Amino acid sequence: MSQLLTSAPHRGGLPAPVPTGPVRLHINGETRTLQLAPWTSLLDALREYAHLTGTKKGCDHGQCGACTVLVNGRRINSCLTLAVMHEDDDITTIEGLGTPDNLSPLQQAFVDHDAFQCGYCTPGQICSAQGLLNEGRAHSEAEIKELMSGNLCRCGAYTGILNAVQEVVAAQGEMVK
Amino acid sequence: MYPFTYSRATDVADAVRDKAGHGASAYLGGGTNLIDLMKYNVEQPAHLVNVAKLPLDKIEDLPDGGLRLGATATNADTAWNEQVKARYPMLNQAILAGASPQLRNAATNAGNLMQRTRCYYFYDIETPCNKREPGSGCSAIGGYNRIHAILGASEACIATHPSDMCVALAALAPTVRVSGPNGERSIAFEDFHRLPGDQPQYDNILAEGELITSLDLPEKGFAKNFTYLKLRDRHSYAFALVSVAVGLELEGNTITDARLALGGVAHKPWRDKSAEQLLKGQPATAETFGRVAAHVVANAVGQGSNDFKIELARRAIVRALQQATEGRQRATDAFLNSNP
Ligand SMILES: Cc1cc2nc3c(=O)[nH]c(=O)nc-3n(C[C@H](O)[C@H](O)[C@H](O)COP(=O)(O)OP(=O)(O)OC[C@H]3O[C@@H](n4cnc5c(N)ncnc54)[C@H](O)[C@@H]3O)c2cc1C
Ligand code: SF4
Ligand code: FES
Ligand code: FES
Repeated sequence: MSQLLTSAPHRGGLPAPVPTGPVRLHINGETRTLQLAPWTSLLDALREYAHLTGTKKGCDHGQCGACTVLVNGRRINSCLTLAVMHEDDDITTIEGLGTPDNLSPLQQAFVDHDAFQCGYCTPGQICSAQGLLNEGRAHSEAEIKELMSGNLCRCGAYTGILNAVQEVVAAQGEMVK
Repeated sequence: MYPFTYSRATDVADAVRDKAGHGASAYLGGGTNLIDLMKYNVEQPAHLVNVAKLPLDKIEDLPDGGLRLGATATNADTAWNEQVKARYPMLNQAILAGASPQLRNAATNAGNLMQRTRCYYFYDIETPCNKREPGSGCSAIGGYNRIHAILGASEACIATHPSDMCVALAALAPTVRVSGPNGERSIAFEDFHRLPGDQPQYDNILAEGELITSLDLPEKGFAKNFTYLKLRDRHSYAFALVSVAVGLELEGNTITDARLALGGVAHKPWRDKSAEQLLKGQPATAETFGRVAAHVVANAVGQGSNDFKIELARRAIVRALQQATEGRQRATDAFLNSNP
């Protein structure tokens, strides 16, 4: 597969030298050492270098949540962080949460509740919801809505998304009502 | 994005030395503002010093009864810290009103203070902007300026400081501790950010190479009668058009101490000490609140598209004072209060 330098540098229109170095990441339980330039975002590293295209690029500016992954169990936007900042961190992407034959509870709930239409925002929604579960701070519908507000859905599948997340939160005994 | 070199600092001295050793360099916290601006070529550092993993992430008691917030503690860890929740709930609410859970997990406290304006022209390198390119002009004056300042602006720049956290901090009045090439110093929060004047390129008074190491909160947290009211275009994941932080101390119905700060209205978090003086000794009534709110916006100037902010701010101040007095926020104005 060819490697696209989507966060490639440019200065005055001239091709700039690309000083890459090894960056060791633990992605979905597997240790990967990637040869990366300092300006490669974690998102581009995952998609273009680790070839894990489940994580999506929406806005590339922290405004949509499509690129959400878990770093050491916490959800962040992978587009606004550099891969070099995550040397030796544990990264979990949608590919690491479950497999087609063995869906994670959230993945199953998204299928059951029709929580997507085009599916582009879905990996980010599910990784974000997994982060929400790890945090353990959403105990009501209003709190789930607020704590999922960092993920936009252009198709407007919010009702299904809310139902799916609510079901898994409730199954873990975390709802207050 | 322009190319740059990168290093990760191991301690404060190392960070300061490393930055000083590189010309156009910058400290890197969570990256949520700096990397965004670098993608637009608004910021073009040739070297980044990652300070996010410095051992400055603790939140700990101070001997004087205050609380030290580490510079690299994340906004999320700060908001959800048990001490912050119990003693400085206004700060908890202000942080949770900002950005999204993902961004708050990455953003650091120092980065939040240092974040730059969201002025559209500042972000667009094709347009004149005195903050980005001193002397080039201000596109917002006479342009589209819905999110711009109504207080303290200058003929050079009418941008606002976008932070929510900093509005609560303005009301709580912590000290900002910094370490730089010339040693350490402490800066009162109210002196940290500045008005644009004729040098809008400077958002604050930090000297070249200075690194923020902590925010030291005083003991007084206004934990009983407080509010953080944020008004915006959508109810989550949007910057404030106007926000108000209020802390009151009451004896019966008489206000004995008051703090009042506004966000979204000026180049810096806007604490109004004269309004605080007007509140002190007065009964906590609608009449008092109306008078004080009118005082705060008496010198406000609209720029066209943001004229609505003057009336919005006036009403928001009244509502915030009301809620602080009652000691509870309307459900629509509270952020995740049910959390145990
Ligand atoms: C889509 C979006 C929505 C947002 N919404 C809101 C909102 O509603 N309310 C709100 O308040 N904020 C909001 N934010 C802004 C967010 O809070 C800031 O981006 C964040 O706080 C910056 O922290 P950081 O650690 O990521 O900083 P960085 O991006 O790493 O750095 C920002 C600046 O701080 C400097 N810096 C970092 N650490 C130090 C240090 N220790 N000493 C000195 N200088 C330092 C850097 O050099 C840089 O200039 C939003 C951001 C995005 C992208
Ligand atoms: S308001 Fe300030 S930041 Fe915006 S264009 Fe004018 S000078 Fe630039
Ligand atoms: S792609 Fe990262 S938030 Fe939109
Ligand atoms: S399902 Fe299409 S964007 Fe959410």
